[in-house]
Amino acid sequence: MAVEILMPALSPTMEEGTLSKWLVKEGDTIVSGDILAEIETDKATMEIESVDEGVLSKILVAGGTDNVKVNQVIAILLEDGDDENAEPVKEAIVSQETVPENNIVEEEAENIESMTPVAIEIDVPAGTKMVPTTIRDALRDAMAEEMRRDDDVFLMGEEVAQYEGAYKVSREMLDEFGARRVIDTPITEHGFAGLGVGAAFAGLKPIIEFMTFNFAMQAIDHIINSAAKTRYMSGGQMSCPIVFRGPNGAASRVGAQHSQDYAPWYGHVPGLIVLAPYDAADAKGLLKAAIRDPNPVVFLEHELMYGEVSDVPEMDDWLVPIGKALVRREGTDATITAHSRMVGFSLQAAEILAKEGISVEVIDLRTIRPLDEETILASVRKTNRLVTVEESWGRMGVGAEVAAMVTEGAFDYLDAPPKRVHQVEAPLAYAANLEALAMPSPERIAQAVRDVCYV
Amino acid sequence: MSKAKPKTTKKSKLKKKSTKFVSSDLLSYYREMLLIRRFEEKAGQMYGMGLIAGFCHLYIGQEAVVVGMQACIGDGDQVITGYRDHGHMLVLGMEARGVMAELTGRIGGYSRGKGGSMHMFSTEKNFYGGHGIVGAQVSLGTGLAFANSYRQNDRVSLAYFGDGASNQGQVYESFNMAKLWDLPVIYVIENNQYAMGTAIERSSSETQLHKRGASFGIPGVEVDGMDVLAVREAGEMAVKHARAGNGPIILEMKTYRYRGHSMSDPAKYRSREEVNEVRSNSDPIEHVKGLLLANDFADEAALKAIDKEIREVVNDAADFAKDSPEPPVSDLLTDVLA
Repeated sequence: MAVEILMPALSPTMEEGTLSKWLVKEGDTIVSGDILAEIETDKATMEIESVDEGVLSKILVAGGTDNVKVNQVIAILLEDGDDENAEPVKEAIVSQETVPENNIVEEEAENIESMTPVAIEIDVPAGTKMVPTTIRDALRDAMAEEMRRDDDVFLMGEEVAQYEGAYKVSREMLDEFGARRVIDTPITEHGFAGLGVGAAFAGLKPIIEFMTFNFAMQAIDHIINSAAKTRYMSGGQMSCPIVFRGPNGAASRVGAQHSQDYAPWYGHVPGLIVLAPYDAADAKGLLKAAIRDPNPVVFLEHELMYGEVSDVPEMDDWLVPIGKALVRREGTDATITAHSRMVGFSLQAAEILAKEGISVEVIDLRTIRPLDEETILASVRKTNRLVTVEESWGRMGVGAEVAAMVTEGAFDYLDAPPKRVHQVEAPLAYAANLEALAMPSPERIAQAVRDVCYV
Repeated sequence: MSKAKPKTTKKSKLKKKSTKFVSSDLLSYYREMLLIRRFEEKAGQMYGMGLIAGFCHLYIGQEAVVVGMQACIGDGDQVITGYRDHGHMLVLGMEARGVMAELTGRIGGYSRGKGGSMHMFSTEKNFYGGHGIVGAQVSLGTGLAFANSYRQNDRVSLAYFGDGASNQGQVYESFNMAKLWDLPVIYVIENNQYAMGTAIERSSSETQLHKRGASFGIPGVEVDGMDVLAVREAGEMAVKHARAGNGPIILEMKTYRYRGHSMSDPAKYRSREEVNEVRSNSDPIEHVKGLLLANDFADEAALKAIDKEIREVVNDAADFAKDSPEPPVSDLLTDVLA
């Protein structure tokens, strides 16, 4: 029976990729384990191998094709005795690192793309060209611009140099800046975080990349005890200008140890600045601001959003101020606060609710610490209702803090108790259905807004 | 009891060679060691009077280590250590007044009273703390060396840590990176033989700590840390090694602390006799005093004069630390962020 070879998903977040090169040609006899092609994903170039045997009858997607969707048929394999015209069976290729795709999360990720970014409040001169940019490239551009500007800035972490970043964030940086300033470390988070803090004490401005913030728990002593506290403990003598950055939050189907939003962990600590951008313009502008800031900054990216595209103003120095939230959508009936990927979910919820006649204001916190209390309070004083949204657990979370702050600062304006939407109080499950049930969704957010509006 | 002897019988080769000295060097080592000893005795006394609180780790017995190492480094070289840090600061030339006033938690302290015994710094003297988390200074000190390497200057960093810290994982993460990148760092292990109350034999599968760098390709030397000249000789070799771009090196200083781990340590894990034996036979200050007298570099009267002078410095520091006001209330929320 003819077998359809499908474009495989080679990572949990892959939706499409480049079929760089076929390593077999039509008419070749294939045995199981043969390397068929090279595929470039959002993270890496990988070889894929066949699980089936037969003769490669047709190549449907030529080598060098970009944006090949996962599960698209890329070739047909005829097994012994097959008729070329027989109805083919779909067969994904398996590679060593193939991870099953997650339909639920991918569906949500597509929904995010449909969001319309709202104008940024900072003055962008009229006529400034807006360049559609992935968050991945926005981050890279921010680091590269700051490294061109200041020789004290360097990037260090696992796989940041030759591999160009586990998520390809540091693409081409080794080529431009060389091994002195783009430094591959051993897998040694505690050690290189401490080394980075020591270098910052000596006046350098390190950017320390964690492959994910889940791994930064090995290093959290240096982030808190060494980086955050030293200025205070030294009576203001010592400075620690360092950025800790990397993907944060729940990815898709990677299990509990790789799925966590650390915003409330670091947001708890005086002496740290904590940032969590949503779109590419903020990713770039906030990271540049973080690198220039004299304080230790925890910069939380989202693993599922690196490939998201939005406009970045083409300016010599695009900086977004730390400590300022952004009203992403104006509304009158309820306020939603969210950060990172949950901003997209909240905007979708606002769309759903608009159709029901409920007008929602969506605030993108952007900076978790220090929290922009003024913007949140002003909004709640207008809408009189608050829903907080986050990926992390609810207890002692960002939403808990926002709700407490609003209760203290605008109690008389509230027409309903604030409501929190967050991950359920359990480690994140691997099973697709449980994972989806555990996390906030646009519908769940919309329901929370209906609840506080008593409809 | 033999375990407690800081290697008086098994001298390193370096020790045997350490005969070159001049009177002025020896006198200044004597003065510096005595300053630390008297300062720490005063701190202990003030702790007992309730003027100093919290944790307070005294350096008494280990003076030869920092004094000998200080003789080997120059302007711009950096020093970092753990929580037993008073001696390191005094030999770096930080004011006794400022250190003591930090111990009393006053505005005149190096951290304006906000750091305490374990958390003092001096950017002016290149002293990077003063760290209360055991082993943290090893990664941080490796980072100081990284900065020197990055800037391509010829500075070295000294990262001091104890036998207890030498069992922390981040020490080996740092060793690996330091050798991988040949960073100019000198790891000075102050092996005083007790990690708080746990004797080294009870905590370490390999008690010869200078061998701990072997699997990373880092050379290590055992040094009689009770002999300031042996320390200096090893230190000079190590600083030369690191400054020349050969990467890290480990110096294991066999030393001993006379006092408890901290002020509240009843020291039940070792006998009074053990401490007395080291005190009587291996005291670093008595050793130098003996050399000064035997070589006619100084007489008893001259040494007494030095002693008197040191006591005045220490008393002045104590008075300053008592009189200096507490930090103003307005300091409560300053210096959290820049």
